[in-house]
Amino acid sequence: MSPMQRVLESAGTQAAHIEHLWWITVAVCALVFVAIMIAWLWALRRAPRADEATPPDVAIATTAESKSRRVVTGAVALSALGLVALLVASVQTDRALAKLPLEGAIGIRVIGHQWWWDVYYDDPDPLKTFSTANEIYIPVGKPVVITLQAADVIHSLWIPNLHGKRDLIPGHTLTMPIKAEKAGKYRAQCAEFCGLQHAFMALTVNVLPQPDYDRWHDAQLQSAPEPAADAAKRGHDLFLSGDCMMCHAIQGTTANARFGPDLTHIASRETLGAGRIANTPENMAAWIADPGKFKPGVNMPAHRVAKADLDALVAYLGTLK
Amino acid sequence: MKNDDANVLRMQGAPTARDAALLEETWRDPPGLAGWFSAVNHKSIGKRFIVSAFGFFVFAGLLAAAIRMQLARPDNHLIGPDLYNQIFTTHGTMMMFIFAVPVMQAMAVYLVPLMIGARSTAFPRMTAYSYWVYLCGGLMIVAVFILRIGPDAGWFNYVPLSGPDYGSGKRNDFWAQLITFTEIPGLLISIDIITTVVKLRSPGMTLARIPLFVWAMLVTAFMIIFAMPAVMLASTMLIMDRLVATHFFNPAEGGDALLWQHLFWFFGHPEVYFIFIPGLGFMSAIIATFSRRPIFGYPAMVMALVATAFLSFGLWVHHMFATDVPQLGKAFFTAMSMMIAIPTATQIFCWIATMATGKLNFRAPFLFVLGFFFILLIGGLTGLILGSVPLDLQVHDTYFVVAHLHYVLIGGAVFPLFGAWYYWFPKITGRMMSETLGKWNFWLFFIGFNVAFWPMHHLGLHGMPRRVYTYPAEMGWGTLNLISTIGAVTIALSVLLFIVNVVRSLRGGAPAGDNPWGASSLEWATTSPPPSCNFVAPHVVGTREPLWEPSRDPGAPRYVTGLALNVRECLTTSAVDARPDHRYTFPTPTIWPFVSAIATTIMFIASIFNPWAVVWGSVLIAIPLVAWFWPTKEETRKHLALEKRP
Repeated sequence: MSPMQRVLESAGTQAAHIEHLWWITVAVCALVFVAIMIAWLWALRRAPRADEATPPDVAIATTAESKSRRVVTGAVALSALGLVALLVASVQTDRALAKLPLEGAIGIRVIGHQWWWDVYYDDPDPLKTFSTANEIYIPVGKPVVITLQAADVIHSLWIPNLHGKRDLIPGHTLTMPIKAEKAGKYRAQCAEFCGLQHAFMALTVNVLPQPDYDRWHDAQLQSAPEPAADAAKRGHDLFLSGDCMMCHAIQGTTANARFGPDLTHIASRETLGAGRIANTPENMAAWIADPGKFKPGVNMPAHRVAKADLDALVAYLGTLK
Repeated sequence: MKNDDANVLRMQGAPTARDAALLEETWRDPPGLAGWFSAVNHKSIGKRFIVSAFGFFVFAGLLAAAIRMQLARPDNHLIGPDLYNQIFTTHGTMMMFIFAVPVMQAMAVYLVPLMIGARSTAFPRMTAYSYWVYLCGGLMIVAVFILRIGPDAGWFNYVPLSGPDYGSGKRNDFWAQLITFTEIPGLLISIDIITTVVKLRSPGMTLARIPLFVWAMLVTAFMIIFAMPAVMLASTMLIMDRLVATHFFNPAEGGDALLWQHLFWFFGHPEVYFIFIPGLGFMSAIIATFSRRPIFGYPAMVMALVATAFLSFGLWVHHMFATDVPQLGKAFFTAMSMMIAIPTATQIFCWIATMATGKLNFRAPFLFVLGFFFILLIGGLTGLILGSVPLDLQVHDTYFVVAHLHYVLIGGAVFPLFGAWYYWFPKITGRMMSETLGKWNFWLFFIGFNVAFWPMHHLGLHGMPRRVYTYPAEMGWGTLNLISTIGAVTIALSVLLFIVNVVRSLRGGAPAGDNPWGASSLEWATTSPPPSCNFVAPHVVGTREPLWEPSRDPGAPRYVTGLALNVRECLTTSAVDARPDHRYTFPTPTIWPFVSAIATTIMFIASIFNPWAVVWGSVLIAIPLVAWFWPTKEETRKHLALEKRP
């Protein structure tokens, strides 16, 4: 079973507010639907049958039809009342969403690219910042403010278990405050049509207890280790002398480009290609050789690398835990 | 009949067979192939318009079937992402711009003059020109799709995805020009309909006696005039960004990506309502006839239509709740989105009251209308969910919205439209449609529709976003998608049955007679199909239901007499009270609207490849326009003759 991506299984404060409003609204709507359907079926049952030759009742339009008038007026008034109730509930929920206390919030910056998520953990201390891709980790019970930007076209970040969606718009910066209540793994997906691979632009949200989160956080701050094994060493050299480093960054090496995902801890991630395939050595090799096989139209080019070189690269990337 | 100085023959007293023959000779379209392209009769144009729109509906429907085939199972490789994006873009664009809005205008072009007792639309040549431009635009988008260079950024065509940096080739230029193609006929026909309704009503048909369908089309026409310029502006700015490197939507040069969304939805939301309001008009016409009584609450119905039109211009931001529009502003748009339910609810309640106090005749047109109640009600209620900011943040851009919009548009417009086709087919063709096939058509459509679209609500809540070309199996969306595809196949079958019914009925349907349903409005007062002049003797109207209730003033004249028989002369009436105003001579058939439309098409398509085409293309269009408006000696002579003797 994939990580959850469901609206009505809230695991965060914001999603819980919305879920609450959902059930209120659905209850009111269901009531209205049933009432109108009953009135309608009653009308259809009650009225006598006719055919084309039945003389039309024109006179009825000249009478006051006071009963119909009263019923219709009453129904319209009731509808208006119901709508006001829904409006009040909606605005109340909106206020609740805006009032999430944000003291001590963690700041995460997410930049949407065609078709992957660039993630930055910001900190006033530059030594405590790092970046990752296609995954975010947050602690349980602590507010998080996600800042949203786009590098190319409009995307939309949607983590249904935690909150509704928020767009990433070129030239605009938006924020999305969230707070997770339950540890777990949730799936997010781009919700604004963004081109060929809009279907495969996923992001995993791992909600961890605070100590686990701190451990993950500290590990992310580490630069990539120097490779020890021969194959990995060769992979390291290939990475830094080939075209990998034209797009990717690995902290602790000279690779510092930002066109593609930061690979400093690639081996610790679960998927490749923004949720497209599982991160296994075989998939990694196949991905490097031809990413378009998995994501037609992807911006990463195919690489004709000798088998041995490919294995070395995969071995090196496998050390980036 | 009496001879005037310049051989102008006039009708005197009750209409005779001789009058009918002369009028037919005067008003019919010229024979032959050139004559076919010269036709300006609103019924010829209306029929072609309806058939073309239905053809585009079938094409766009087949694209929907392709979408459902691709999504029927997870990780499907039937259609790749590039083709899939073209398919859903073309499906949405054609359904909204080439089918839904034009088909309603097409129905109006055919029906409105008949329903108000007029001989023609107000600007017959312009009607013809609009149709040809529309047809060329529709064929262009079909052609580019078949050539696999169709637009691929969605029917909403958001920048920057559709802009110069990310929209490849000429795909989105075709989209932008398609919008212009539909704007021209959309705006021209609106002007045509407004003028027709305001100036050409039968004497005595005051504003308070206009059939509700005509009210609906009048309101729709005004809405189009106010809404379409916004999208025209947007599509022009987009094509300028793409072709001549302006930067309206480029944030790096001071443009703004959100500007597009505001302009698009300022048009786009009213658009939903000007697809829906004609549907409401069909509803009122059909419900009255099959409940054997006038619609309850006529003034409330009219005011509801007008209120819907006004409110619909205040909803557009509810398509943008996930952007950075300020919080307070969003609450305003939530309130507006909820408020617009009131006029629709009012109409639904009035119809229920009408049916409850009427006598019901359950024929095929009425069944389609009953389908509206169930489907549109669900669509309307899910609309309230989408209007609420917090709920919208969750379900926006998911399959929940796909379900909602199809419940609203198919339930609110397509079901009434099919009802309308069953209802007016006898008038248009003179033959009845098969009732049995009609009922099968209805039930298959109704069941298929709900099977296809109900599961999408759940898919949206289970996290399935819109516009994805496939999805991984582990998301668990496979079963519901398969069910949805089965529903889509059922809908396709029902539409096929409709086509079979039309073809069979055209050949061997029972003759309809003038008024097969026992209806009340003026179009049923003439023969089926109507003569070229619509009515041999134009009616004088004294009540709201002229065929059910003759004028309450027994001394009032029943017909307009004294109009010319061998010249296209009509009586115009005053805007509010429909008092006779003056006589007016209508233009004759000519090939020039067709030629002008071709010239317009050449300019639009050429401008995609070379911006200078706008300059030389204007000259190209001006030439047939000059020929179009050039007065002939014969016409001038007749005008002068008519002026001499009042």
